[in-house]
Amino acid sequence: MSVPPPFAMLAEVTHRCPMRCVYCSNPLALEPASRELDTDTWRRVLSEAADLGVLQVHFSGGEPMARKDLVALIDHAAREGLYTNLITSAVLLDEERMARLADAGLEHVQISFQDTDAAEGERIGGLADAHRRKLAAAGYVTRAGLPLTVNAVVQRYNASRVAAFIDLAVELGAGRLEVANVQYYGWGLLNRAALMPTREQLDQMTAVVEAARERLAGILTIDYVIPDYYARMPKACMGGWARQFLNVDPAGRVLPCHAATTIPGMMFETVHDRNLADIWQHSAAFNRFRGTAWMPEPCASCEYREVDWGGCRCQALALTGDAAATDPVCHKSPHHREILAMAEAEGLSATGTFVYRGLRERAEVRRVCKPLEARRHV
Amino acid sequence: MTGRVLVDEATRLRFAPHVRFKFDERRERWVVLAPERMLVPDEIAVEVLQRCTGEARVVDIVDEFTTKFEAPREEIASDVIAVLQDLADKGVLVP
Repeated sequence: MSVPPPFAMLAEVTHRCPMRCVYCSNPLALEPASRELDTDTWRRVLSEAADLGVLQVHFSGGEPMARKDLVALIDHAAREGLYTNLITSAVLLDEERMARLADAGLEHVQISFQDTDAAEGERIGGLADAHRRKLAAAGYVTRAGLPLTVNAVVQRYNASRVAAFIDLAVELGAGRLEVANVQYYGWGLLNRAALMPTREQLDQMTAVVEAARERLAGILTIDYVIPDYYARMPKACMGGWARQFLNVDPAGRVLPCHAATTIPGMMFETVHDRNLADIWQHSAAFNRFRGTAWMPEPCASCEYREVDWGGCRCQALALTGDAAATDPVCHKSPHHREILAMAEAEGLSATGTFVYRGLRERAEVRRVCKPLEARRHV
Repeated sequence: MTGRVLVDEATRLRFAPHVRFKFDERRERWVVLAPERMLVPDEIAVEVLQRCTGEARVVDIVDEFTTKFEAPREEIASDVIAVLQDLADKGVLVP
């Protein structure tokens, strides 16, 4: 039986990034520039994606603008009829590059903001002068006539400034705002205890978002992503494993999601092994958690199994040690109470030390990972 | 800051820049591609969207549909305006 094609591809064209955000969801073992796919290979991958049925391509990273050939890649994607989106920190954006990206056919830009307070944002992002550059970049985007999304990355230190983020988005002329609480993968997972908001902070920001949605209907669309450890039901991660998205990482590995490489024992094929359509349809990794046949109880008999698709495999792994377990943020998971209690305790803890994102030697990554592994079997 | 567009029968709507309404050959259906969003309009919504070229007023679309679908005009008007208001709120359609 043929598998329906994916709607979107996340093209993680590089892991290089001038920022060092402590919440980054990239893997701890970042790919160096020497392992990145070259321009022609990315062009081929984009063409294969269009043939497969992909409609949207999200250029991401790392910082996608760290690639000198980004304009060429967007130009190629647009020629293939793909709708192109740039997900960027915007610190490398200038007016001239913006014009070239727009000419190449770029349709939309999403700029991340670490805070509305410059100094605090720069502490989280680990880069001086970042906030001023982002504000300027937002102007380049709107002056080029492109729609802008402000991505407000929320954690405990800026949770009280969600209202200010909303004002900022309106002021910058964004049509869309993502109030995106940190999701705990990669560096974000490593720094979770220092980032987790309290339940009270979450309730307050939810009220702020709901009021703003009503007040700004038709002016600003607000997408709201909560820290799902506090949820009753898990998120339908990626819209379900291998259902809507595929991800190509900087080294050309084809993944069902960008954190999938954390799952031990999984073999991910690369764009050098066979074409995207074959990998999408036939690879063991894509078929491992596709659909519902792999599900354990309580998922297998759950009426929501085709709503949330069992939640997130990488989160199940990180929190229970088993990628095939029910996502433990689900209230039906036997681990749910422990996870919720842990989130509440971490939210109230005073841990304030961060590990900043950066290229590390494997041995150092192992060392950095150690407290994480100790937490796996909670 | 521009205000919310309130759709009534006099409104003329067209697709916002950087929103694409296209026929997806692979899946054999119409799709709307917008920033980080993809909509799959149902048959009626497709009919409505095909008329959002910035020329027809909502009243023209409602009149045409009232004849075409042989349904009460009031019902058609309320359905069409609801679809259009939703898409205008999402930034897909603009005056």
